[in-house]
Amino acid sequence: MSFRDYVRQFLADQCPLSLVRDIFETDKMYADNLWQQITKLGWTAVTIPEEYGGLGLGQLELCIIAEQLGRVLAPIPFSSSVYLATDLLNNFGTKRLKERYLPQFAKQGLIGTVAIGEHTGQFIPGANSLLDTYVDNGKVYGCKLPVADGLIADVAIVMAASAKNSNCNKLYLVELNQQSVLKTPLACIDPSRNAAKISFSGAEAMPLTTSQSAAIQLQNTYERAAVAIAFEQLGGAEAAFNTSKDYALQRYTFGRVIASYQGMRNKLVDIYTDITLARGNCYFGAWAASVDDDELPLAAAAARISSSKAYYHASKENIQIHGGMGYTWKMDCHFHYRRAKWLAVLFGSERYWKNHLVNQLSNKVIDSRER
Amino acid sequence: MDFNDTAQEAIFRGEARAWLALNAPLVRDDTVSDLQWAKRWEKNKFDGGWSCIHWPKEYGGKNSTMVEQIIFTQEESQYAVLQNYPCFNFGQAMVAPVLMAFGTEEQKRRYLPKIASGEEVWCQLFSESCSGSDLAAMRTKAVKNKDNWIINGQKIWSSFAHYSDLGLMIARTDASLPKHKGLSCFVVEMDAPGITLQPIRDMTGSADFNEELFTDLHVTDTQRLGDIGEGWKITVATLMNERASLRGRKRAEDVDLLLALANQVKIDGEAAINNAAVRDKVADWWCKSSGLYYNGLRSLTAQSKGTDPGPEESIVKMVKQPMVQDIYAFCLELMEGHGAITSSDGTIQKDIFHAEFMASPGMRIAGGTDEILANIIADRVLHLPSDLRVDKRGPFNEIPSKF
Repeated sequence: MSFRDYVRQFLADQCPLSLVRDIFETDKMYADNLWQQITKLGWTAVTIPEEYGGLGLGQLELCIIAEQLGRVLAPIPFSSSVYLATDLLNNFGTKRLKERYLPQFAKQGLIGTVAIGEHTGQFIPGANSLLDTYVDNGKVYGCKLPVADGLIADVAIVMAASAKNSNCNKLYLVELNQQSVLKTPLACIDPSRNAAKISFSGAEAMPLTTSQSAAIQLQNTYERAAVAIAFEQLGGAEAAFNTSKDYALQRYTFGRVIASYQGMRNKLVDIYTDITLARGNCYFGAWAASVDDDELPLAAAAARISSSKAYYHASKENIQIHGGMGYTWKMDCHFHYRRAKWLAVLFGSERYWKNHLVNQLSNKVIDSRER
Repeated sequence: MDFNDTAQEAIFRGEARAWLALNAPLVRDDTVSDLQWAKRWEKNKFDGGWSCIHWPKEYGGKNSTMVEQIIFTQEESQYAVLQNYPCFNFGQAMVAPVLMAFGTEEQKRRYLPKIASGEEVWCQLFSESCSGSDLAAMRTKAVKNKDNWIINGQKIWSSFAHYSDLGLMIARTDASLPKHKGLSCFVVEMDAPGITLQPIRDMTGSADFNEELFTDLHVTDTQRLGDIGEGWKITVATLMNERASLRGRKRAEDVDLLLALANQVKIDGEAAINNAAVRDKVADWWCKSSGLYYNGLRSLTAQSKGTDPGPEESIVKMVKQPMVQDIYAFCLELMEGHGAITSSDGTIQKDIFHAEFMASPGMRIAGGTDEILANIIADRVLHLPSDLRVDKRGPFNEIPSKF
């Protein structure tokens, strides 16, 4: 059995849609049991070096897991904790912080997240943008929102001004169980996930690193994360598509299954096409991330844009194909529709990545002229 | 999947580059026709041992891998004066694979080496004007008479037939069988008596394809390819290879042209590429192109391990050609009024944009329309039940028709 088949089988057994519905309809904020299980299996440790208790594998293995997590809509903080917090710490953190936290991420189910945004319409704040959140004397003050998985996270990587009213922004690691940290729940478009407004009033903040600017580090981590998220979106899109197709093959109208009408066939072909194009871009992205190729920024943007498009497409048509019943709370169609939008906007919008992509292409034009 | 050359591939690329550097012409010889020029280069490649290298040695190749063939083609495509003579494509990319799969040993040895060397050009004798997208409804008849077949009928849209030596024809050998069952495949010598050729002028003004009339054309039974009744199977195999051959050799050449243009022309005093609406379109088309390209590499990996090109390949043409049309339509928009003027104004090199804009409607129809390709994906990739069909069962000659 391939690793991919193993992951898929495990999640098919351990993460049925009823588990997702359970988070929707109860006070639970995530599937803590599943989180413990996958931690035991080493999934959170995939990219962490062996010296810090990890498996020392690469981005390819991470993408394989991501696709299957997306397929089953896993209600766990994998993206915030693994693609973002762990990646930032692993790639940019000081040795002391790595020694202290990476083994906890690898083995003890520690949940991490990032606290970046403050104002609407801002993804990664520019190098010189003025943040309200600042650090003074090793203590952080200010307010961050939305923080994905913020209600359940143990630590956050916080972007803050290195002094009040300074436009020199840095990244800090902050433990969230301190007295001076206040988490306020935010209602989410995808209730199987959670988010918080987090207010800091003098919590201890440890500089993640001393070198480079925060914006560049975040950009780099978000490029790898964009590829992994693209795989989650791809898995989700394919799951929604398969559900649509299965339903169209068994639903009768006017004496025939609806899948035999050309209008329905072409609709399914269009979704299949978007998913196939996204898969091509995702595979290139996984390769570029795994070897840290110069084209990673371009590949990440293309994977992200086409997967966002494919998932939105597959999830909205999944409701349409199921008709009136598809619009009910009881059916699972809205799970994908909600998750698709959650994933589409929390990791940089389509506009952000398109801009990033064209910047890369413009640089190429300039490069080839100089040659 | 690895997107970089392996050490072995890098060595091979070096050899290909070196051979091309020594042998490839840099300037077009204006004293010869396009066809002569193209044939001369094919022959040079063949004599140097670089033509169709992924074929078996005994048929003119050198047992190289598919990846090596692609590497050579990539390197060859760096030479602008060697580009755009598509008349060999049908023989090399479509006829050859079906000859290898369905031909007798004698047929393979007779035809394949001359396809590789470019000595013999082939054309496709499939389409008929009455049937259009319903290709299997063809009515050209082949009647057995001792060791010969006598062929009567009409074919259309045969690219380059006017300088083809041979044609791959599908004809109806038994009209009392169901539509797809009564077809067989023949190799036709294009200079044989009984063939009348009529060029068709397309909407761009050029005349690269033709209509042919067959009146008591005699072909021998040794010119039959495959078994009697195997015609549709061969047709499908040919078309799958055709669609596979449309996989891009470069990642996004059309977007690259748009990018170059958008860096050159200005909107409100700034390079057009800085305009948000332009960037949005560039990003969309880039993602489609790179998605197709890398997906194509995945199919190629499968094909290099021995799998035949499958119906999945239909996605390439279905996505690419409508996109190409939109890209060049947009390029002309970017030029504002100059987009309407085809004569050169000495600043922007416009001819490629106009040529592609005008050629693109044809490319959405040739080799399977967008609509037929969607049907193929629905039927053969997604396995959806087909729309109501009245023509599948029963004898072909009992299907209602205007003709």
